[in-house]
Amino acid sequence: MDDDERGGKLMDTHLLSIVTFMPAFAALILAIFLRGDDEAAGRNAKWLAMITTTVTFLISLFILFEFDPNDTGFQFVDEADWLLGMKYRLGVDGISILFVMLTTFMMPLVIAASWNVNTRVKEYMIAFLVLETLMLGVFMALDLVLFYLFFEAGLIPMFLIIGIWGGANRIYASFKFFLYTFLGSVLMLVAMVAMFTEAGTTCIGGCELSLLTHTFGSETFSVMGVQIIGGMQTLLFLAFFASFAVKMPMWPVHTWLPDAHVQAPTAGSVVLAAILLKMGGYGFLRFSLPMFPVGSDVMAPLVLWMSAIAIVYTSLVALVQEDMKKLIAYSSVAHMGFVTMGIFAANQQGIDGAIFQMISHGFISGALFLCVGVIYDRMHTRDIDAYGGLVNRMPAYAMIFMLFTMANVGLPGTSGFVGEFLTLMATFQVNTWVAAIATTGVIFSAAYALWLYRRVVMGDLIKESLKAITDMTPRERWIFAPLVVMTLLLGVYPALVLDMIGPSVAALVENYTVALDAADTAVQSAEATH
Amino acid sequence: METTLLFAPLVGALICGFGWKIIGERPAQVVATALLFLSAALSWVTFLTFDGPTEHIQILRFIESGSLSTDWSIRLDRLTAIMLIVVTTVSSLVHLYSFGYMAHDENFGENESYRPRFFAYLSFFTFAMLMLVTSDNLVQMFFGWEGVGVASYLLIGFYFKKPSANAAAIKAFVVNRVGDFGFALGIFALFYLTDSIRFDDVFAAAPQLAEQTVGFLWTEWNAANLIAFLLFIGAMGKSAQLFLHTWLPDAMEGPTPVSALIHAATMVTAGVFLVCRMSPLMEFAPEAMTFVTVIGATTAFFAATVGLVQTDIKRVIAYSTCSQLGYMFVAAGVGMYSAAMFHLFTHAFFKAMLFLGAGSVIHAMHHEQDMTNYGGLRKKIPYTFAAMMIGTLAITGVGIPLTHIGFAGFLSKDAIIESAWGGGSMYGFWLLVVAAAMTSFYSWRLIFLTFYGTPRGNKHTHEHAHESPMTMLIPLGVLALGAVFSGMLWYGSFFGHTDEIAEFYDIPLAQEAGHGDTHVDGASTDHGEGDHGAADGEHHAAFGGNPGDGGLYFGVDNHVLEAAHAAPTWVKVSPFIAMLGGFLMAMWFYIWNPTLPARLAENQKPLYLFLKNKWYFDEIYNVVFVGPAKALGRFLWKRGDGNVIDGTLNGVAMGIVPFFTRLAGKAQSGYIFTYVFAMVIGIAVLVTWMTMSGGAN
Repeated sequence: MDDDERGGKLMDTHLLSIVTFMPAFAALILAIFLRGDDEAAGRNAKWLAMITTTVTFLISLFILFEFDPNDTGFQFVDEADWLLGMKYRLGVDGISILFVMLTTFMMPLVIAASWNVNTRVKEYMIAFLVLETLMLGVFMALDLVLFYLFFEAGLIPMFLIIGIWGGANRIYASFKFFLYTFLGSVLMLVAMVAMFTEAGTTCIGGCELSLLTHTFGSETFSVMGVQIIGGMQTLLFLAFFASFAVKMPMWPVHTWLPDAHVQAPTAGSVVLAAILLKMGGYGFLRFSLPMFPVGSDVMAPLVLWMSAIAIVYTSLVALVQEDMKKLIAYSSVAHMGFVTMGIFAANQQGIDGAIFQMISHGFISGALFLCVGVIYDRMHTRDIDAYGGLVNRMPAYAMIFMLFTMANVGLPGTSGFVGEFLTLMATFQVNTWVAAIATTGVIFSAAYALWLYRRVVMGDLIKESLKAITDMTPRERWIFAPLVVMTLLLGVYPALVLDMIGPSVAALVENYTVALDAADTAVQSAEATH
Repeated sequence: METTLLFAPLVGALICGFGWKIIGERPAQVVATALLFLSAALSWVTFLTFDGPTEHIQILRFIESGSLSTDWSIRLDRLTAIMLIVVTTVSSLVHLYSFGYMAHDENFGENESYRPRFFAYLSFFTFAMLMLVTSDNLVQMFFGWEGVGVASYLLIGFYFKKPSANAAAIKAFVVNRVGDFGFALGIFALFYLTDSIRFDDVFAAAPQLAEQTVGFLWTEWNAANLIAFLLFIGAMGKSAQLFLHTWLPDAMEGPTPVSALIHAATMVTAGVFLVCRMSPLMEFAPEAMTFVTVIGATTAFFAATVGLVQTDIKRVIAYSTCSQLGYMFVAAGVGMYSAAMFHLFTHAFFKAMLFLGAGSVIHAMHHEQDMTNYGGLRKKIPYTFAAMMIGTLAITGVGIPLTHIGFAGFLSKDAIIESAWGGGSMYGFWLLVVAAAMTSFYSWRLIFLTFYGTPRGNKHTHEHAHESPMTMLIPLGVLALGAVFSGMLWYGSFFGHTDEIAEFYDIPLAQEAGHGDTHVDGASTDHGEGDHGAADGEHHAAFGGNPGDGGLYFGVDNHVLEAAHAAPTWVKVSPFIAMLGGFLMAMWFYIWNPTLPARLAENQKPLYLFLKNKWYFDEIYNVVFVGPAKALGRFLWKRGDGNVIDGTLNGVAMGIVPFFTRLAGKAQSGYIFTYVFAMVIGIAVLVTWMTMSGGAN
């Protein structure tokens, strides 16, 4: 792509900022101009949110078409001076572009799924719109301070969504959520300060002096008699790991997720599962692997084992859940286990698979929480035992739920398969124990997912309370349609995603191996001189 | 043409699944069935005209990541062509049969439309099965593999109001997933070692794999053996071999046409197909092959013993299927893949016919499946009786000993038993002969209990027993042709002389300068094995070529075929004698002395219960796997997540949080303010630090 040509288009250079801040701008309009709390005001708020998120999606789609996957650098970079001599920098590369797309794709569906909300509609829509801006910012930020801001601020609207529109036990849930993320954030902040001190820049990538090109110290040293292999890089890795592992969430810091999901309103669960959980994985790919390769390499075995444990552990726990949302939440943790496993297998298939899995999980888990929402709206319970035999009265619902159950199980032909397959295949090359243990996940996932489906959908319709339940409305069907299309399309033709991310991932893997080799050589020559 | 025959069933499934609301129930079913017949016709054309090297037809790119590159594509060789006709022929006949069988169903109300859904599942199954058999690489095969699993799940659970059907459906899927666990690991290992999962590349790499070792879990393994072993675990799941067989009898909860199509003729043979497809690899994995033989023989024996005492007509046939699949694995295990394919081919006809015949009986008896409530039905339903007789003659292996004249099962089963002898597996040989006697016993027992003797059970049902409609009888007739003639017609191609088989499968023959001389074959020089086992007689041909040439591969030192043909006469007549013995026993038990079975069951109660309860596999699995998994899940949830993780967290929380909450001055939702506060402080720290240390350039 010709630089002059791109630089010549003013719109191009600000496209990312437009996409990022359009929802926030709409939220501002709502906050300032929308008055009243009646039905009309609510309707206006919904429509404005709907239109904004849709337009945002269309613009991001345009970006996707203009995006050149073979250019592994950052594209559409938008740069400006900010306060105190800091830079405001946004940009996308092959690693981040699809997360941006996932976010803008899901948001209109989330708004549509919230059409029945009728308490404090204005504030609700503001919360979601601000949330979208912050999430997009995370995936595009190319400056450390900016990233931190988006990353941490993104949780505030989520707290509010759970805390205000959530279920009965919402205070406990958002408290737990807060506590976990808070502990992670503190460590990450310290690491960021240390990084700046050493590298002298806050630019993540794309500038002359950037964190991505800087080599952080990896000489082993000891603190109070404890040998720290990989030195500085390992410490930085661990600090970031604390934050990202909570966000993923990885075992054993996952227990906030089931509670948060259970208490969150349907739309909140969808955003949480589909987008927020991807921030941790994105963080690993943006920071941990490229910036601290030696640290990553040192800690990779631990992460791989944690992932394998996560898959088996949470799958077993999912098997005995009595609350639909909890079950799907635990299944999410298991699926995120494949992601961390793929990332820390650190080869092309692993990272390709991890990104694919995250995108695909966005659609599938989002759809599953929407499925729960459909019947929750009707019966106001998530208790699995309260259902049974829904297929008798809700055939369309049964079909859609079946499709996403199978996608969740990782059936080939759905997008759920590709990510699991690639990450497992990649891990097998690194550690057969972890790969074999993680592969048992395909057995457990079939067991808990089909068992859930059977108890809710199959069987005769006996329960008196369900006798009058109605099938999905046209609005509900239209929300699922795009998700069905994406799940099948990516399952049959995964090249759509893999072509987009392939070159950037290849560059990432290449840099990672080169950095490890360089560190190795340095260690050897140091030993030789002694 | 190949693409059309592959996608026709998918189109049918979509029309039936979604289009029936527009074009109506019956037209949708007719369209789906017509498309299946089109597919079957094209398959036969392909089968009969195919006589060349392997063809590849690319359809669409599939997973591409780094050095991994896979396509949706068709691999057409003889092996595929055989499977094509088996799958589409049985499937189209089952579609036709279902018009009659599914016309009325008491599991559904008057205005519930279940028929298009049934046809859609059947067509979808056929599509997935075709994807499996035509695949060019292991991922696409895995797609078909799991696709048929889903179709099977949906069809077993077709009567979704019945709890037993739902339980059986889940069991089938999950047990198959246990097999898929091995299959998937096999694929990963293959990719790890050969950097490809396309069949051509894998086959070409097979000789090297035999020399390689690979670290897997606790120890080093021979690469070829490890991969073959892992892939075979997948085959065990799909083909219901011992230890992973428990789902198959339960799968009989599905409507009977499903049992005929999926759980007899096609899907369950996918495992055998996999082993045959991988023959270029299997030939280099002797230990894994021994394992295949042992599992196959043991399954054949085990399932036959259980079949002896079952009283549900469908379960008898289900165990019989399980047992026959064991036969096929023995043939594949000793290296006589074409004999395995032969039995797969003939078995598809007579087993589908037995199931459809059983369906016709059940239909006649108003969904009564217990044979103890049958009896004397041969005059009420004569056509069904004739069909079942032909099926029984075929499965028990009736024919003229030492000739090639007989029912289909006679030729193919004898071929397997001779192969077991020829392959030197005495364990396999003897178990199969004993199993043949039991096969004969339980098959004739089924006939005698159902069609002979006096009517038992509900008198009303017997009085209203009626012959099935033509849509159900025609498929029986067509399958009967297969059950009678398929063995005799294709004996030469599957189990004739080396050159006949080589021509059929397009396997190159090794060039031989003269009797007893060494090979002058490029591929085999590496192995340096002399040609010491060539059979005496007029045919000196031997299989040659590289792994991956033609539909099957026989290693240079694979002389099972010659050895099987050279087996002593007593070996060749042993299955016939076993069959006669089983028949006479059944006559004695159920015709001459009908009170004997009950007395024997009383005398030998422990043995009887052991067999009746299927060797207690279900009970053992429940205690060993299902129960502990749930208990462990509950423990990890309540204790692990609850006490340990959250407990620790709450402990920490009690220390920190009140402090911050007080700071923010809000009691209830203080954490949000705390959070904002902390974040602002964080930013402030970061910014201050940067300004102090000279700014960001």
